[in-house]
Amino acid sequence: MDIQGDIAQVNLVPLERRLIDRFQRDFPLCARPYLAIAEELGATEAEVMAALARLRDTGALSRIGAVVHPNVAGASTLAAMAVPPQELAAVAEIISAYPEVNHNYEREHRFNLWFVVIAPDAESRGCVLERIATETGHRVLDLPLEAAYHIDLGFPLS
Amino acid sequence: MITPFDQRILAAIADGLPLVERPFAELAQRTELSEQEVIDRVRALVDGGVIKRFGLVVRHHELGYRANAMVVWDVPDDRVDAVGALLKAHSFVTLCYRRPRRPPDWPYNLFCMIHGCDRATVLGQMAMLRAIDGMESVPYTVLFSRQRFKQRGATYARFLEASHG
Repeated sequence: MDIQGDIAQVNLVPLERRLIDRFQRDFPLCARPYLAIAEELGATEAEVMAALARLRDTGALSRIGAVVHPNVAGASTLAAMAVPPQELAAVAEIISAYPEVNHNYEREHRFNLWFVVIAPDAESRGCVLERIATETGHRVLDLPLEAAYHIDLGFPLS
Repeated sequence: MITPFDQRILAAIADGLPLVERPFAELAQRTELSEQEVIDRVRALVDGGVIKRFGLVVRHHELGYRANAMVVWDVPDDRVDAVGALLKAHSFVTLCYRRPRRPPDWPYNLFCMIHGCDRATVLGQMAMLRAIDGMESVPYTVLFSRQRFKQRGATYARFLEASHG
């Protein structure tokens, strides 16, 4: 069962769909970016800003911002833990409370809890993993990036 | 390497560009740079590859991509770069990374992510990857996501700012 199923799917109007299809990358870097977008899409600046606000309010839009190349700024790692199912919610809550943790998912595997840790440098990243292991009582699998063949470049809706 | 100014800009945009007519002017106030300096530095970070993309960061699940699979492979070390290049050529592969094995618990060294509307679609896409010449015999496993406890943007930037005073 997909526990996330209770999150409503956002039904997009055409302008919202075009914004997502066109501007996950190459967002205009100019003083009036929403105006530049509006001119390209044949809408008004107010319509573009309203559409983006609705996408943000419904949760479909996380933010308008930068996806930074891994490990260029700060030190990140992917970590995994094998947690008994009855402990999972409590352990996940402990881990999510760390400000250095920015993704935290349950996955279908013996290693069932997966999270990303981002810290200013490798040493502090290691300290965070140690603190998490101590606090939860579970060993942490530390899987830092070694090579990126393909990183997040946006996502086609079609 | 990125400069302290760049770190300030990354920190300022970590929560996203504000929805105001002149969003970079608002960021400029937070960073004590001018609007044009902020725009120029962001562009330089994009051109220099520090920022891989600047734009809308969406949540797949809310857009109807309900099946999110992390696919992991145990590829011989001398082939992993070539296999990574093959996998990324498929548009449904949204991420592809090499990571260390951790024997005996974790034998897998190549990770890719597939987002699909449903599990059947993703399994079909998996079959396409398995059908790539030479991939049939590579051990792999698929880890579908079940529950999202936390998903948030680039907190590293706030850390950089904190760590640099």
